[in-house]
Amino acid sequence: MARGRIEINEDNCKGCTLCTIACPQGVIVMATDHPSAKGYYPAMFVDPEGQCTGCALCAVACPDVCITVYRQVPAKTRPQEAAV
Amino acid sequence: MMVAETVLEEQVVYARPASLRDVPTHYCPGCTHGVAHRLVAEVLDELGIRERTIGVSPVGCAVFAYKYFNTDGCEAAHGRAPAMATGIKRVRPDMVVFTYQGDGDLAAIGTGEIIHAATRGELFTTIFINNAIYGMTGGQMAPTTLPGQYTSSSPAGRDVETAGFPIRMAEVIAGLPGAAYVARRSLHNVKEIMKAKKAIRTAFKVQLAGLGFSMVELLSACPTNWSMSPPEAMRWIEEAMVPYYPLGDFKVAEGVEALLKER
Amino acid sequence: MAVELLKGNVALAEAAIRAGVEAYFGYPITPQTELLEHMAQRMPELGRAFVQAESELAAINMVYGAACAGARAMTSSSSPGISLMQEGFSYIAGSEVPAVVVDIMRGGPGLGNIQPSQADYFQVTRSAGHGDYHPIVLAPASVQEAIDLMVLAFDLADKYRHVVLVVADGLIGQMMEPAELPPMRPLRAERPDWALTGAQGRAPRIITSLELDAPALEEVNNRLQAKLREIREHEQRYAEQMVEDARLVVVGYGTAGRIAQTAVRQARREGMRVGLFRPITLWPFPERRLSRLADRVDAFLVVEMNAGQMLDDVRLAAGGQVPVDFYGRTGGMVPVPEEIYEAISALYRKLPDSARWGE
Repeated sequence: MARGRIEINEDNCKGCTLCTIACPQGVIVMATDHPSAKGYYPAMFVDPEGQCTGCALCAVACPDVCITVYRQVPAKTRPQEAAV
Repeated sequence: MMVAETVLEEQVVYARPASLRDVPTHYCPGCTHGVAHRLVAEVLDELGIRERTIGVSPVGCAVFAYKYFNTDGCEAAHGRAPAMATGIKRVRPDMVVFTYQGDGDLAAIGTGEIIHAATRGELFTTIFINNAIYGMTGGQMAPTTLPGQYTSSSPAGRDVETAGFPIRMAEVIAGLPGAAYVARRSLHNVKEIMKAKKAIRTAFKVQLAGLGFSMVELLSACPTNWSMSPPEAMRWIEEAMVPYYPLGDFKVAEGVEALLKER
Repeated sequence: MAVELLKGNVALAEAAIRAGVEAYFGYPITPQTELLEHMAQRMPELGRAFVQAESELAAINMVYGAACAGARAMTSSSSPGISLMQEGFSYIAGSEVPAVVVDIMRGGPGLGNIQPSQADYFQVTRSAGHGDYHPIVLAPASVQEAIDLMVLAFDLADKYRHVVLVVADGLIGQMMEPAELPPMRPLRAERPDWALTGAQGRAPRIITSLELDAPALEEVNNRLQAKLREIREHEQRYAEQMVEDARLVVVGYGTAGRIAQTAVRQARREGMRVGLFRPITLWPFPERRLSRLADRVDAFLVVEMNAGQMLDDVRLAAGGQVPVDFYGRTGGMVPVPEEIYEAISALYRKLPDSARWGE
């Protein structure tokens, strides 16, 4: 089960590759077939096995603030469930 | 009987800081000006000071910094940002003022302004981007260009016999009594970026506490004018720049130490 | 307020304080230093900002910063320092913030000397920095007028969001004369609606002179030029004496105009129909009135403490209708009334037998 995921703003990505180096799980790769409107090959999030942990290191490395990071955390326990 | 199941919900753990406008920058791929901008913006957000901050932009690649920070801002003449910031802060001591300057701006044409602002202990913060080259004009030698480094105006490599030695500005400024906090950090990997953010946060806290002038020098990549790929540029910072420009805190005046211990 | 004996530089400083200057930034240079010294004493006393800058370059950029933050700010210097400030003038004009600068002119070029001079006319009226604009330039001829123009300078700077220079020379700066200071104005309570005050509950404000897009920068220039036309239309100032029936009008400003007045009076006593025209605004140059005088006088004599700079403006205003002669001293030499009188009578003798307009 995936614990994290990222969204990459491909329009703002300049294809610098720094996020691919920062990612400890290797789930960010550079596109090779579809350049962005600006002509860069953007970074893509490819995580079929759900390895992303939402650590946000990619976002820390990104010079263009293209990456939004989400992480799944335990929800606040609801009272009725607690009662079970 | 029901098995207790952990319910998960998704949270945003990283998004663009409010102090940074949602516009693409003009910086080249892999240029770490973008990282420096983001770190400053995150600090402004975290300290809750965006709405009372005035930024002073330099001349150089960051000339349009005022278009990216979501704060009031102005554009100084080349090298004069510390003088302009002095004028602003002296009439509005309640404002948070910062200059964002490159190496040509701060360490060449504006050397006089930064030294005297620091020595007067002006209560603003300077973010100094050292990428060892003139970016906007297309890759000429900077005051911080390393010995032997090739640039378009040192085509045979910087010859220290004729062009002199690169200036270590953090050490220079640290020697001035008015400077309360002076640090050098690097932006070449995630770990260093996180340390840089902490230093930037300390610098702004020093201003808020009225302890004196604060400056963070950031070793920054210019892949385009170094003729390197972004990953190569990051390695060059680590292997070539850091040995000449050591990272660390060069001035921690009385009262700043307590701020450093804060998270 | 009572009349008191005041030194020009001190009077300028105190007038600025009473006009509501919130911040002074300057660098010592003779012959304006008393102005800075007075500020060093008075500004902190009043809880206002005073910084002795590391250079004139820094001083003008501190003024620029304080002005961006919406404060009434000023600096003062003398000719070589004004040369250094040219960069800042241009940025201030380009980003349309108000600033006031005092120039107590001295002999040049180069380091020159510290004697009174008017050799900065070109550098202050023509552009004052790169780009394409004129600052407003006011030229007092007495300590009292220096006080009055200092107050006006702040009002004009605010009204037009523009650079205003008050130019005098060492003579006016150093001279003591009886004069009356204005009452102390309260400091402005509100910041202007364009000033940088922190983007609290509003969109960020940006003050810049940068515009990379050529059509947009042309628009900026068009707006600036429209403002300058308005200033030209409304702010031409001058003083004149005995011009009603004059065949020869002497044109001089500041100290030169003041000395010329003595020469003109002497010429009148000798029966010559001579008048005096003294520009108070050097930019906008009082060309309208001077052009009208050119319709009926027989000649102009321009007197300056330089090699002939305002001379160009008088020639333009005269439009080739009448001869424009020149008498000047340079290098910090101050003309005495006798030599101006000689120049007047020499030119007067060359006038045609009958006046261009009725006797």
